[in-house]
Amino acid sequence: MSDLWAGLSQAFWLIVGLDQDLLEITLRSLQVTLTALVIASAIALPLAALLAIRRFRWRRSVIAVLNALMGLPPVVVGLVVYILLSRSGPFGVLGLLFTPTAMIIAQVIIIVPLVASIAHQSLRDLWSEYHDLLISMNVTQTQKIRTLLWDARRALLTASLAGFGRAIGEVGAIMIVGGNIDHATRVLTTAIALETGKGAFSLALALGFVLILLTISINLLIHWLGRTEKEGRW
Amino acid sequence: MSGLFPMTMVQAQTSWRGKVLVGPIDATLEGQGATVIIGPNGSGKTTLLRLMHGTARLTGGEINWACGLEQARHHQGFVFQRPVMLRRSVLDNIAYPLLIRGMAKSRAHAMAADWADRIGLGDALDRPATVLSGGEQQKLAIARALITGPQVLFLDEPTASLDGQAKREIEQILLQERAKGTRLLMSTHDLGQARRLADDVMFLLHGRIHERGNASAFLGRPETHQARAFLKGDIVT
Repeated sequence: MSDLWAGLSQAFWLIVGLDQDLLEITLRSLQVTLTALVIASAIALPLAALLAIRRFRWRRSVIAVLNALMGLPPVVVGLVVYILLSRSGPFGVLGLLFTPTAMIIAQVIIIVPLVASIAHQSLRDLWSEYHDLLISMNVTQTQKIRTLLWDARRALLTASLAGFGRAIGEVGAIMIVGGNIDHATRVLTTAIALETGKGAFSLALALGFVLILLTISINLLIHWLGRTEKEGRW
Repeated sequence: MSGLFPMTMVQAQTSWRGKVLVGPIDATLEGQGATVIIGPNGSGKTTLLRLMHGTARLTGGEINWACGLEQARHHQGFVFQRPVMLRRSVLDNIAYPLLIRGMAKSRAHAMAADWADRIGLGDALDRPATVLSGGEQQKLAIARALITGPQVLFLDEPTASLDGQAKREIEQILLQERAKGTRLLMSTHDLGQARRLADDVMFLLHGRIHERGNASAFLGRPETHQARAFLKGDIVT
């Protein structure tokens, strides 16, 4: 219990004192996660819309696989990305291993299935509501996708926030591909793992509280910006 | 009117898993007035409308529009029994068909605002369409279908479950459109409405046109005993 209080107190002073190291790893956490989220959303949301409106032979199987991939073990993703980006791997020449870019790639792979699956549920329901109307209006496939994505934007925000939550708290994959290098690839989660390993529980807890605070703040900010609970029943 | 008509159906039918839902239908529609399709539940009224509109799959026979199907689809509007509201404002709902046809947003919104005024929703432009009453939603759906200036408007029981006032307002809009030359093809359960709107009537039974004729002749003196029974309010099977 004393560790908890010490952690809370240390978190408070780290934030109030604008600790430079904390600021650096916090900003890196945000940079990596938000970049991964934007890329993942750009892939996952149109994919989800396409799966909602298109009928093709293996559609159900693709959706089942996508749902199953929500549980993709991050450590395995990290390992695969490591092998691909390592010097002897097919993309070794790019020199991306142990860089924030490698961490972003791993996070994108982890959260695309999650965002796509959650988004697909919402878009499928909306499509069943809109189907007859849009078909009767002779709307093109691209217009259907754009209409669904726009009209379901608040539900899709929730899908993206779920992806954000998964990515910002991720440690296994980014530890492997990022290497937890000080002033280069260290982020909040890998710093927590490092401090815990060193037995510095108070500092680890302090970083944990900062991470929780950051996650809640970003979620609230996005909800506020997206006016999720306003404008009637949308 | 334009080159959409005559529209001819030759042995047209649609089936689902081997069961014929509608057809075979042989009929010709000319480009004037309002045709009202009546018949008991399950007789195929909605399916026939969708078949003519091209949103139900034709599994046999032919439906020929004078200008070809693609061109015809471009000049049609469809209003459903339960109006589908996009999760947008009243203004954006009405403007939607224009925007997907590539019209500039400012012009589309100006036209949509005019239509909203016309249907009595001029004060509700920014309200979410989903919170409108049933009658208001159906009027919006009709305005949205008419804003592109279709030559044919399909209406699938557009006033079912609406009260007298909303029904009267919708009929008023339809009568104005008919007077302007929009061809109306409509299904209804409401025989009074058929009397008020129809130029000719199709009586559908078991997916086939059982009787068809000029509205006053059909409604005054139907030829078949099933049609007579239906008009009397008896249960027709």
